[in-house]
Amino acid sequence: MSEVAEAPQKVREPLLSKQNRKLLSDPMDDNNPITIQVLGICSALAVTTQLKPAFVLSVCVVFVCAFANLTISVLRKGIPPRIRMIVQLVVIASLVILVDQFLRAFAYEISRELSVFIGLIITNCIVMGRLEAFAMANKPWPAFLDGIGNGLGYGAILIIVAALRELFGAGNLLGYPIIPQFMYDWGYMNNGVMVTPAAAMFIIGLIIWWQRSRKPELVDIS
Amino acid sequence: MEYINIFLRSAFVENMVLAYFLGMCSYLAVSKTLKTAVGLGLAVIFVLAITAPVNWLFRKYLLEEGALTWLHPSMANVDLTFLTFIAFIAVIASMVQLVEMIIERFSPTLYNSLGIFLPLITVNCSILGGSLFMVQREYDLPEAIVFGIGSGFGFFLAIIALASIREKLRYSHVPPALRGLGIAFIVTGLMGIAFMSFMGIAL
Repeated sequence: MSEVAEAPQKVREPLLSKQNRKLLSDPMDDNNPITIQVLGICSALAVTTQLKPAFVLSVCVVFVCAFANLTISVLRKGIPPRIRMIVQLVVIASLVILVDQFLRAFAYEISRELSVFIGLIITNCIVMGRLEAFAMANKPWPAFLDGIGNGLGYGAILIIVAALRELFGAGNLLGYPIIPQFMYDWGYMNNGVMVTPAAAMFIIGLIIWWQRSRKPELVDIS
Repeated sequence: MEYINIFLRSAFVENMVLAYFLGMCSYLAVSKTLKTAVGLGLAVIFVLAITAPVNWLFRKYLLEEGALTWLHPSMANVDLTFLTFIAFIAVIASMVQLVEMIIERFSPTLYNSLGIFLPLITVNCSILGGSLFMVQREYDLPEAIVFGIGSGFGFFLAIIALASIREKLRYSHVPPALRGLGIAFIVTGLMGIAFMSFMGIAL
């Protein structure tokens, strides 16, 4: 027992140590960027009318978030605090331009569908929020994992909301009709409210309700 | 009269938060108490009122096609509009940094309670959205100033409304798991639906 406790702490920790795995898994649930940290709501409202843009955008956000965290964490000791926001935004903007150009070169159709939303990753508070809260104070590798974890947690909520909205708002999933024609013949109608941003607010509110009734310790009374 | 019209439209009919759902993150996160909400609202008014005209000047004299003719006549067909995003964001970031320094200097308590959401005004979509709407609707300089102040005022009113509702909600019987953030989301959704009734009103 005692030899475990006295093991030297600064041996190189394995790349996926318990602590680092926690960085990846925490944002999926207990520290989710949307439902707990309240970051990145705007894009969650704007792109979730359909499943496909939500999915592509999540992948792009994982990439931008991970590499922005990595870059800022490498540079963190050289950035003067007075101009840190501009430095952070330059890093984010260049990564977003990279993603945009990549999509244009290899997936032109998707890039045309998504053009505006890709640019809006720059103003997605998730990326800058994690830079401020984590990357400015941590080493590159944990920061990189934190970026991936938060991107995935964000993507998970985005995909749930988008699936519900596309299913009930348009009767489709990924563009394929899911609700059969005879349902419409019997008088079923697509729900028009699901297409408005307000529906996304309700769905996220319900997700928060479900998550916190499962884990009462997440409730903040205020 | 035209200016009053733009002010009322940007503050009420086309409210950034409740009609377009822009700037949601700080709106939801900082509306826990009325006091911090007022602080953030004032900061947003300030930033929007400055960035809208500054970005207008940037666009007019640097970015648009033929905008650089004042430098040299031979640059008449230089078109820098592809730099719009980066230029606007850089202006916004420097303005927010300025606001941060001012608040830190004059009101450390407000600075602490705003926390991470003060730097996040930079990526508050309603600020960049304000500049982009201004370009899209082709306002001239005085109109851009009025529009900036109006949109900021709209954000201010919306965040105060939500903060007051949330302060009252503390005394009502909300299911325990829905308290705090969950009910705030649902209240905002309802406020948005209520604001849809303003759609299409022209003054």
